[in-house]
Amino acid sequence: MRVFTYLLMAFLILCAISVSLSKNLLNSILIYMSFSLIMSIIWVILESPDLAITEAAVGAGVTSLLFFVTLKKIHAISGKESGDEQEKD
Amino acid sequence: MGANLWVNYGEAVAAVLFGIGFGNLLLQKNLIKKIIGLNIMDSAVYLFLAEKGYIEGRAAPIVVNGVQEAAAYINPIPSGLVLTGIVVSVSVSALMLSLTIRLYRRYHTLDLDQISLMIKREGR
Amino acid sequence: MSRKKTEKEYQKSFAYYFFRWLNGEKDEYLGEVEITPKEPYRETEEEKRARIRGKRAIFLRLYGAKKTRAVRAFELFYKAASVVFCGILICLLLLTVSYLPPTGAADKPVNNEVSERYIENGLQETGAVNIVSGMILDYRAFDTLGESHVLFIATITVLILLRLDKKKNDGAGITAEQAELNDAVYEPKSDTILQTAAFILVPVIMIFGLYVILNGHLGPGGGFSGGAIIGAGLILYLNAFGFEKTERFFTEKTYKWVSFGALSFYCLAKSYSFYTGANHLENIIPKGTPGAILSSGLILPLNIAVGLVVACTMYAFYVLFRKGGF
Repeated sequence: MRVFTYLLMAFLILCAISVSLSKNLLNSILIYMSFSLIMSIIWVILESPDLAITEAAVGAGVTSLLFFVTLKKIHAISGKESGDEQEKD
Repeated sequence: MGANLWVNYGEAVAAVLFGIGFGNLLLQKNLIKKIIGLNIMDSAVYLFLAEKGYIEGRAAPIVVNGVQEAAAYINPIPSGLVLTGIVVSVSVSALMLSLTIRLYRRYHTLDLDQISLMIKREGR
Repeated sequence: MSRKKTEKEYQKSFAYYFFRWLNGEKDEYLGEVEITPKEPYRETEEEKRARIRGKRAIFLRLYGAKKTRAVRAFELFYKAASVVFCGILICLLLLTVSYLPPTGAADKPVNNEVSERYIENGLQETGAVNIVSGMILDYRAFDTLGESHVLFIATITVLILLRLDKKKNDGAGITAEQAELNDAVYEPKSDTILQTAAFILVPVIMIFGLYVILNGHLGPGGGFSGGAIIGAGLILYLNAFGFEKTERFFTEKTYKWVSFGALSFYCLAKSYSFYTGANHLENIIPKGTPGAILSSGLILPLNIAVGLVVACTMYAFYVLFRKGGF
C-alpha cells in the first residue's frame, strides 16, 4: 500500500511538471484531468470518500469540460486555426 | 533540517506541487496555463490539509456499528474544509476562464505580453 | 372577497415595481443606467499579419527598433529569477515540513478536543451517520450557506461577462448569431455513437447523483458531490441531443427560480435557530433513528437544496460558456 502511495505521489509531480512543459494546450488540459483523477484516488487512500467523489465529479469532470469549451471558443482545439499564435513559433 | 521529511512525504509532495504551480504562474505566458497552475496550487493546499487530518490505521468518519470513540476515526474537520474548498475552486476557475474568453474576443491572442502591449498601444 | 385593482392602482403598488425589477425591465423613473460600450479593437490586415509573424514584429512596430539588448537581458533575468524564487520557496516549505509532527500520528495538535467532540457527540446531536455531512450542514451550516452564495454570485458574474444580446454588438464585434455559428462549427449534429451512449448513460448518472444526494447523511457524498454529478449528466445530455431538447425543461427562468428557491429555503431553514435563542444544537425537528433515510432533522432537506444549487450552477456555467445566455 505504501509503495502504491509513493507511486501515486510521484505521478502527481510528474503530471504537474508535464503540464507546464507541454507545448499543446489540449495536451496540458488532458494531463490536468489525469492529475485530478490521481488526486481522487489519493483522497480514498487518505480515508476521505466524500472528497474523492467530489473531486472526481468536479475536478476531473466539470473543470476540464469548462477548459475544453474555452479552447473551443478561442479556436485552439483543432490546432489548425490561428487561435493561439504562441503555439506556432 | 528536521527529522520528519521522509515520514511526512505527503506534505512534502504538497509543498513541491505548490512550488510548481507558483512557477507556472510566474513563467507561463499563456493565460490558460496560468489558470491550470493556479488549480494545481489549490490541489496542493487541499492535499496538505487532508494529510494533516489523516491518522494511520483509522477509518473514515462514518459511524459504523455504533462505535463512537474518537480513537476509531480520522479527524473530520479537514475533510469538511476541503469539501467546500473544491467546489469554490471550480467557480473561481470558471470566472477566470470567462475573463480569458473576453480578453480573447477583444485582442485575439492569449499571450499576456502581447495583450499588455496592445493595451499600451491603445493608450490606456 | 378579493377586489381586483385597476391598472393605474396596480402600477403604483410595490409588487409592480418589484416584479419589474425582478424581470430586469427598465424603470423609466430611475433614468438610464447603461455603460457606454467600448470601441471594438480594430487592426488592419497588415497589422494582423505582422502580429502573426511573431513577437519581434510587434516590438519593431511598437518601439521602432529591434528588441534591444536591455529588454532581452531583462527577460532572461526574469526567467532566472522566477526559477530561483520557486526553488527557494520549495526549499523553505520542505524545511518547514521536516519540522512538522509525523503524518498519521494520533497525538498531533491538530487532533484536539473539537474533532473528539464531533465524533463522540455528533450522532446524538445531529443524527447524521456521516460525521463530515453532519459537521458541514449542522455545526457549520452558515459556512455552507455562504459557500452556496459564492456559487450563485460566480454564475451571475459569468453571466455578466459572457452574455450576448440577440442583435446588439457587445463591443467585441460578436453577435448572438455569429456566436451560434461559431458554436456549431465543431458540434456533432445527431452523432449516433454519442446519442446511444448518452441514452444508456444519462439515466444511470442521474440516478447515481440522486442517490448520492439523498444518502448524504448516511454515507459518503452529499449535496456538493451529488449536485456536481447531476450537472455533469445534464451536460452530457445537452451535448448529445442539442439545445432544443434541454430548453424544454431548463431555461433561464428555471435556473432563476430553482436557485432562488433553494437558497431562500436554506436561509429560512437555518434562521430558526435565531428564534430558539441562537443555539444551533437545539433542534425542533425530530431526528429519527440514525441510519434511516428520513432521519437527522434538517440535514436531508439542506442536502437537497445544496445539490439543486450546485447542479444548476454547473449546468449554467457550461451553457453560458457555450452560448452566452440560456
